[in-house]
Amino acid sequence: MTMTIDPQATELMKNAGITPRSELVAAIEADVNKIYYGDFLAVRDSHIAIEKGKITGFIGPSGCGKSTVLRSLNRMNDLIPIFRLEGSVTFLGQDIYAPNIDPVLVRRNIGMVFQQPNPFSMSIFENVAFGLRLNRYKGNVADKVEQSLRRAGLWEEVKDKLKQNGLSLSGGQQQRLCIARAIATDPTVLLMDEPCSALDPIATRVVEELMLELKEDYTVAIVTHNMQQAQRVADTTAFFSVDISKGGRTGFLVETGPTKELFSNPKQELTRNYLAGEFS
Amino acid sequence: MTMINFDTGDGTVTHGIRASERISDRLFRAACYTAAAGVILLLVYIAFQIGVKALPAMQDYGFSFFTTQTWNAQKQEFGILAEIWGTLYSSLLALVIAGVFGVSVAIFLTQDYLPRWLAQIFRTIVELLAAIPSVVLGLWGIYVLIPVLRPIADFLHDTFGFLGIFSTALPGPGLAPAVIVLAIMVLPTVAAISQDAFQLIPGKVKEAAYGMGTTRREAIFKVFLPTASSGIFASLVLGFGRALGETMALAMLIGNSNQISWSLFAPANTLAALLASSWPEAGPIEQQALLYAAVALLGITLLVNVAGVLIMAFSNKQQVS
Repeated sequence: MTMTIDPQATELMKNAGITPRSELVAAIEADVNKIYYGDFLAVRDSHIAIEKGKITGFIGPSGCGKSTVLRSLNRMNDLIPIFRLEGSVTFLGQDIYAPNIDPVLVRRNIGMVFQQPNPFSMSIFENVAFGLRLNRYKGNVADKVEQSLRRAGLWEEVKDKLKQNGLSLSGGQQQRLCIARAIATDPTVLLMDEPCSALDPIATRVVEELMLELKEDYTVAIVTHNMQQAQRVADTTAFFSVDISKGGRTGFLVETGPTKELFSNPKQELTRNYLAGEFS
Repeated sequence: MTMINFDTGDGTVTHGIRASERISDRLFRAACYTAAAGVILLLVYIAFQIGVKALPAMQDYGFSFFTTQTWNAQKQEFGILAEIWGTLYSSLLALVIAGVFGVSVAIFLTQDYLPRWLAQIFRTIVELLAAIPSVVLGLWGIYVLIPVLRPIADFLHDTFGFLGIFSTALPGPGLAPAVIVLAIMVLPTVAAISQDAFQLIPGKVKEAAYGMGTTRREAIFKVFLPTASSGIFASLVLGFGRALGETMALAMLIGNSNQISWSLFAPANTLAALLASSWPEAGPIEQQALLYAAVALLGITLLVNVAGVLIMAFSNKQQVS
């Protein structure tokens, strides 16, 4: 589907203070009005942009819906039959929840790294080559596998045992293998759902450094429960909170801003209280 | 030896280990050992008893028992090569059919193709297949399956008769109906254990597969099947073991004929069917030979199971953390 943009209309939009789609710097724009699991309202009113070439961090207390929002950005939530989203998620100008969009295609372009390392029960090489074979990669698979493992900072540790099962690696290595697997296909955006929560502090630091390097080539959105981690890696931070006023537990976006600003000078009372609670 | 109890004084809830606790602990342990040892002893005892009764036949016929294919009580010539062939050939064919259908059913019932409650109903129905008595399946084979198979078999024989597997016509009972019934009997085993293997795949592996952008078919064939492969293999080994020993339906359907043929429509025989059909009229000498055949069947079954366990131990693919 192509969209021709009338230059005159663009001019009018600019004058009216609206940024035209073609000039947006966001890779993903999520306008989540409501997310339901069955009758349960899990998330409301969360409008957030994932900017190109930057790391966007999602923080907030448990149950605030940060993971749910992240997972709705590449339609992973569709695996849950009772999931329902009201609103839209726009990826490169296209609503990924439009009826003519196949979630499989969305997930091929928006990669994901999960909370628990989850390599496949196959060789290290085949783990990384998985997405390449899936997309019928025309180039040299071995080169691409090596390149991805190097970027994930794992190559030196595994280059002599590429035929070993990926599950034989340590937890931290497994997570870097999963990152290598996710970036091998050059996804436009990489989503990371608490990628360090199952790792020890040393492995965490390695993965964090890796994220900063990945920023050069990828757009990254990361959910973390670790404030320090968000400050270390995220350019932009989105703070979510949970509303228990109506008897349920509904998450919502409180505010978004450049990380430094959000942490040093939060605009919202809720954010200020949360950050104070975290640090005092 | 007297056990020491700590003197913790008054005011704590903890107390020393009472004599009654020690005794019941020991009794429980003894009961467990007895039960475990009983099972092993029973197996050894059965094998020993059959072996002793078969000993005269072993001495008379030796190894040629396995390499000849005459079974003639009048001339007292006994050989089970044809039965060994028939046992392995029919079980293997049944396993191929039951394997394809059983694994397909397992995929269908575990990969969210159906709503949960409907899948549960289907699962129960498949398990109920195992509850049909062997003799009932045998009768069904004679009165329903063979008449249905005959025109198909005739067509295949007339058209593709040059192929070894279609080289004879179906005279009535024969390998094909026996194999189909055998496959039905093995199917629940393969399906049930394969389903367990698929259900044991952790959710995070599913997320990983779909997160990479696989379609459902790609996720199943490229990730789930390899992940569940050792469980599926176990289901096939158990199914094969069951097929090897299956008796009644085979005795009714396979035709009890001592010949070795690739043809699917030729009558054949299996060890278990031979035992069931020959024992009632056997004289003492033939009985000894039949017991020798029973030893052979026991040996084959044990061999298959041990080989299966070893292969699984070496490949051990489903090492999911």
